[in-house]
Amino acid sequence: MPIDVAAEVIANRALSGDYNVLALGAPAIAAASKPGQFVMIKPGAGCDPLLRRPFSVFEILRDGGGAATGLTILSKRIGASTRLLYDARPGDRIACLGPLGRAFTIVEPASEAWMVAGGVGLAPFATLAESLRARGVKTTLFYGARTARELFYLDVFRALGVDLVLTTEDGSAGEAGRVVAPLDRQLASRSRNASVMIYACGPEGMLAATARVSAKHHRPCQVSVERIMGCGLGGCYSCVVPMRGEHGGFHHVRSCIAGPVLAADQIVWD
Amino acid sequence: MDLSVRIGSLTLKNPLIAASGCFGYGVEYADVVDLSSLGAIAVKGLFLAEREGHPAPRIVETPAGMLNAIGLQGIGVRRFVDEKLPELRARNATVIVNVCGTTLDEYVEVSRILSEADGVGAIELNISCPNIKEGGIQFGCNLHGTHDVVGAVRKVTRLPVIPKLTPNVTDVASFARAAEDAGADAVSLVNTFLAMVIDVETRKPKISNIVGGLSGPAIRPIAVRMVYECRQAVKIPIIGMGGIADARDALEFIIAGANAVQVGTANFVDPFIWPKLLDGITSYMNRHGIAGIGDLVGSVDTRAKDKEWISS
Repeated sequence: MPIDVAAEVIANRALSGDYNVLALGAPAIAAASKPGQFVMIKPGAGCDPLLRRPFSVFEILRDGGGAATGLTILSKRIGASTRLLYDARPGDRIACLGPLGRAFTIVEPASEAWMVAGGVGLAPFATLAESLRARGVKTTLFYGARTARELFYLDVFRALGVDLVLTTEDGSAGEAGRVVAPLDRQLASRSRNASVMIYACGPEGMLAATARVSAKHHRPCQVSVERIMGCGLGGCYSCVVPMRGEHGGFHHVRSCIAGPVLAADQIVWD
Repeated sequence: MDLSVRIGSLTLKNPLIAASGCFGYGVEYADVVDLSSLGAIAVKGLFLAEREGHPAPRIVETPAGMLNAIGLQGIGVRRFVDEKLPELRARNATVIVNVCGTTLDEYVEVSRILSEADGVGAIELNISCPNIKEGGIQFGCNLHGTHDVVGAVRKVTRLPVIPKLTPNVTDVASFARAAEDAGADAVSLVNTFLAMVIDVETRKPKISNIVGGLSGPAIRPIAVRMVYECRQAVKIPIIGMGGIADARDALEFIIAGANAVQVGTANFVDPFIWPKLLDGITSYMNRHGIAGIGDLVGSVDTRAKDKEWISS
């Protein structure tokens, strides 16, 4: 059952002129969250903005004894709500509903986990990496951004023992270009006997390319899709994704309750 | 205190109804709200067959509102009866089914199937969806069409029949009257206002259907006025809706003339809104010494001699 709290802003850290990490005092939601799940957030109580916005749970905050004290979200300033979230101050109250949606299926150590992130699509992978590493799964993060300054939390992933493969569109860090290129090469050079699960989150074009590359190399792939959502609970039918039907057609599923994590080979990509 | 509302043969335990298209099939919300605590649940519109609706993006936020063009995605009436109705029945929900059609015959057939099912409390006729090309609004924007579809469904069901009216007409009260003449047990209004949002950078519409229906607090004063006009025109119960976000908004509709209200967009923002609405209404009734919710219906005081308050 999802929980709704008027969560206190514990901290707000700007990572760049656009990105921030907002820490919210929502211990019950944090304790119940699984990697890949999301929360519906509404800064301000009025009608502008009116609707909540979906955010992946980025990190679970814990006290010295390991008990959850809150969660963070990774936000990129693109509109009215994310502007308010960027400017939020400690002590502000922000409505937070969750945890919602279907989580990632976490592989066993017999398999490797390759996470593919583009931009703000890094968000679900901090908690996923933590869970994977706690199980002893060999984990790699393929992480692409526009520029070196927008590659965040690298130390956190390194500290978890995650191997990093970085790309930037301007070539200022890692390989120049898009993140799917090294993914494709490394999958091609990987032994067919080795089991690899691909996890992806990022812009729609990156997800489609990751799905294509995964299928080409016969690897399973779970994607976390991003859609405009009205409610997060299955009420409004805004956030649909076309999935393959039985006879070559498609059917729309609601990404808030059937996802946001979906099997990449079942999605009808444009 | 009596909060109950009668709609034909159906008694609602309170005037709060989850609006169609805003509450899935009800079962999606079973974890967050006691479905039996609502006056009723108006489930998502159903045709005979399944429909996939429009591609995303299907909604865009607007000042104090939202635009949607879902395209009536739905599982079809038979799957609803088989897969959803048993759970709604088990949870003691009062169910109003929103019925859609591309032809008059389809409205009749869907209504007939629902009349034979166990657990349907009333039929809301969707003659007002602005987002599909065929059916629906062609009946809702034409007085004869409204009269014909209500009359045809009336003949095949003993369930209360509630046409849901569109505000995208010049005189909504005349449509309420046409529905009443054809044997409707109540009318519900308003559906959404046809509207459009354009991204000026890309010059593209912000939803895939180009145009969509506007809901939310932005439309509330227009909806209140339309309920008020319909109250002057018909005797049958009116179910009012349009941007209700708290108990005072619900009371405003009731005072304007609504016997019950539907809440849609606000449920997206706060799925836990239902007990708050009920608490607000009962505390208002206590404060004003009102014994029955019916005593408030249409009680707006428009007498000229009392208009001093206008300047305050």
